[in-house]
Amino acid sequence: MGLKEKILARSIYVFHVSSGSCNNCDIEILDCLTPRFDLERFGVVLVGSVKHADAMLCTGSVNRLTVPRIKKLYEQMPKPGFVIAWGACGSSRGLFKDSYNTGAPLDEIIPVDAYIPGCPPKPEAVIGALVKLKEKILNKKAVK
Amino acid sequence: MNIFGYLGLLLIFPGFLFTAFMGLMVGWVDRKVTARIQYRVGPPWYQNFFDIAKLFFIKETLIPAGVSRALFLGMPALGLAGATLVSTMVLVINASPKTGFIGDLIVIAYLLLIPPIAVMLGGFVSENSLASLGASREMKLMMSYELPFILAMTVPIIKCGYSIKLGEMISAQYVNGPVFASASGVIAFFVMMLCIQAKLGFVPFDMPEAETEIMAGPYIEYSGKALGIFKLQKAMLGFIIPVFMITLFFGGIKDDFSGFMKNIAEFAGILVIMIVIKNTNPRVRIDQAMGFFWKPVTAAAVIAVALAYFGK
Repeated sequence: MGLKEKILARSIYVFHVSSGSCNNCDIEILDCLTPRFDLERFGVVLVGSVKHADAMLCTGSVNRLTVPRIKKLYEQMPKPGFVIAWGACGSSRGLFKDSYNTGAPLDEIIPVDAYIPGCPPKPEAVIGALVKLKEKILNKKAVK
Repeated sequence: MNIFGYLGLLLIFPGFLFTAFMGLMVGWVDRKVTARIQYRVGPPWYQNFFDIAKLFFIKETLIPAGVSRALFLGMPALGLAGATLVSTMVLVINASPKTGFIGDLIVIAYLLLIPPIAVMLGGFVSENSLASLGASREMKLMMSYELPFILAMTVPIIKCGYSIKLGEMISAQYVNGPVFASASGVIAFFVMMLCIQAKLGFVPFDMPEAETEIMAGPYIEYSGKALGIFKLQKAMLGFIIPVFMITLFFGGIKDDFSGFMKNIAEFAGILVIMIVIKNTNPRVRIDQAMGFFWKPVTAAAVIAVALAYFGK
């Protein structure tokens, strides 16, 4: 656990990728930045460009149209970067597991670092996932 | 003074390192007060330092395929150079008003233009349609606020006996009292408040980097160190432009204790006005901003100049 890991764990900028979600998880992302939960006190900021981001929040069951786009966005994210699968759909395709339009879950397309269960996840679950991601950054040698 | 002395002034104190530190602290005050206004807790004081250190030492710097590497990476450096030079000049002249040269005020006004121009060119070279849109907005915004900004700067010039030397303006205000104590000074001060709001890209005038519509505008393709330099440059301007305003309207930084306490109060006042305007206004459209700066704000600045000419 070095200084670089500490800095990175303390300042995670997140970028929101919606891969065909029902908009419920997207609203919950904004919930986490509101006064009651205030993720900014942990250094989490929602940014507009994936090139400024340290973590991608992927909501929605990944449908066929968004698979190449998610891959492209993951490649455009400056490394070290992390992926958080948000909600039941993001983690496992959820309700749309047998749908004709969802070929594979997110973690078979890009490497996923943390999962947030729930449909939609509560902000407490989001903070829990953030703590897990921080532990992952601090314990493993995430930074080269 | 030898070359190392000048380099020390430029790079350590009061130039790059000191201004960057103060600028990041000002950025934290902005974030914390914004959070308190919104009933949030807000980040700890070291948050901005961690953000910059992350961008500088941890993240990789991506260069988009097909852009000119020299221009893409040169523009952040140009902007930082402009910000460093202007902060060194303003602070050194404040420390010893005898230094400086005739017309240094005009040089400072030009140097304050370099960071926005660097952001604009950086947006144009990064070959992204949203970046170009943001850069063109930056250009229009620059054209709209520069006119009232220069007019508002004319008022202290007239009040200080038509001097365009910053050191002489400081000593004139030491003798005759601050420019802010007159009617024209008050009008010019508030005109300049609005202009620096646009110069620093704070919320009613942040359409160049409107995050919800054009995803950070000119900065969209920047990452890692280049983005860190742009953020640092913006933070430095956030410290040095209020100091420049204190120099113009309140007679600069004093060296005695009570005067310095007054300086801190003036700085905090300017900062509070900036943050309150930022937190109570929605983003305006670019044509609204141009109309606003060219009609009412310029009219107020012209009135201030006329009042100053007649000695009010």
